[in-house]
Amino acid sequence: MRRKASVTHVQSWCNSSMALITINQLTVAYSGVVALKNVSLQIGAGEIVTIVGPNGSGKTSLLKAIIGAIAPQEGNVEVKSGLKIGYVPQRLNLDPTLPISVGRFMRLTENVTKRECKQALEQAGVSEIMDKQMSELSGGQLQRVLLARALLGSPEILILDEATQGLDQPGAAEFYKQIEKLREETGCAILMISHDLHVVMSASDRVICLNGHICCSGTPQAVAATPEYKELFGADTDGALALYRHNHDHKHDHNHDKSADITEATH
Amino acid sequence: MLDDFMVRAFLAGLGLALVSAPLGCFVVWRRMAYFGEATAHAAMLGVALSLAIETDVFFGALIFAIIMAWLTTQLSGRNYAMDTLLGVFSHSFLAIGLVIVSFISGVRIDLMAYLFGDILAVSKSDLSVIWVGTLVVLGLIIWRWKPLFLTTLNEELSYASGFNPKREQLFLTIALGITVAVSIKVVGVLLITAMLIIPAASARNIARDPEIMVLTAGIFSCISVILGLRSSYVFDTPPGPTIVCVALAIFIALNLVSTLRRLKL
Repeated sequence: MRRKASVTHVQSWCNSSMALITINQLTVAYSGVVALKNVSLQIGAGEIVTIVGPNGSGKTSLLKAIIGAIAPQEGNVEVKSGLKIGYVPQRLNLDPTLPISVGRFMRLTENVTKRECKQALEQAGVSEIMDKQMSELSGGQLQRVLLARALLGSPEILILDEATQGLDQPGAAEFYKQIEKLREETGCAILMISHDLHVVMSASDRVICLNGHICCSGTPQAVAATPEYKELFGADTDGALALYRHNHDHKHDHNHDKSADITEATH
Repeated sequence: MLDDFMVRAFLAGLGLALVSAPLGCFVVWRRMAYFGEATAHAAMLGVALSLAIETDVFFGALIFAIIMAWLTTQLSGRNYAMDTLLGVFSHSFLAIGLVIVSFISGVRIDLMAYLFGDILAVSKSDLSVIWVGTLVVLGLIIWRWKPLFLTTLNEELSYASGFNPKREQLFLTIALGITVAVSIKVVGVLLITAMLIIPAASARNIARDPEIMVLTAGIFSCISVILGLRSSYVFDTPPGPTIVCVALAIFIALNLVSTLRRLKL
């Protein structure tokens, strides 16, 4: 209930580092219940950072604090002055009574030409759907349209909130490949929030394991090897639970150790 | 020209049509139908208090419509769900309003006029209030179109684009309050929701983009007012309900057509 509204979004004009987003000792609470405690984090240009955590670990709160949707109790979020954020939401509230074509949706936030829209859709792996209604799209198509829209403003950072919810495992893997390709082509940083641990992690430069606070962070391999990670995602199965899923769509030796397992997921 | 009560009625009705259509689209998109209804009921308390202190009912209705909308948005999600709070406040406000009216002696009050509207009794000053209200709401919606629409689609998306969905929600609340206040004289508190929702629902059958839906809803709304008033004159029926009946006829006709078209394909 009591929130310090004054420290929401501090724009940093002094470019102290190359960081696009700097989070300083962020604490977020809802009606006195702490969702995030003392979280510090920096996201640099061109980096792919994945935040993983179980339900209720504060992933969404962190994301909301970054885009300025909630005011922190303590600490702050510094955003590079004039930073262009491309936000890919989890889903849209598309009421059946709301008509909107893909083409119109694409042009909602940026003033762009039809050709630019087409280009962005092609880049995201969907073309020829400009005139379709948003409500007619499949889950995979919708995710790609959301991604394409976020790309239109040539953002310096893409923020994806559980972007692969509703996609099956191969669909999600495909989607993340697209993201990696985008980073290579455009050099934009990517911040992903997910509990879709496996495929996500392999594409990341850095993984941050969240559970109200930052439990551990580092390269995917390093994080997967930490006891904190194993405890969070596979206490009963010695970490195997979190790593289990990708075994279904890859054929390889099951007797190797887990960190090797993660590296392999990139292939 | 404005001395003719029929001309005033048409102008008042068209004002209402233009304000209720775009707002009605947001009401159906955001599933706020009950919210609109509740706001309208609560406005009755404002009407009663205005009558008690002998001022124009417009401002009383406006203030209570906004208080009600603001109260429910503030309190919802704490201990009660939104629709519970709406039920509690809207019906208590309506009840208190009716009780207060019963205490007002001396003035003879035709309550029916506020429940069902009395478009034929619209005065020149009512007309100016209606059109000022209409232009304010239309201006608000045109000015805030992009953030309002983005907020409807996804709040985080709206934040990430640099807007504040809470502020947009407030704009919508104020617009709804003004619309309710403006409509009271025309269709009355009980039929306001119909004017918000029916034209928008009809427009959904045709429109493939949101802006087109708003325009189409506006056209249907105007047709309903013109045909409704005309028929009420010819058949000597109450104008407010007749307008709503015409809007319903358009809705049914369009749905029949689209159902037939679907069956043929």
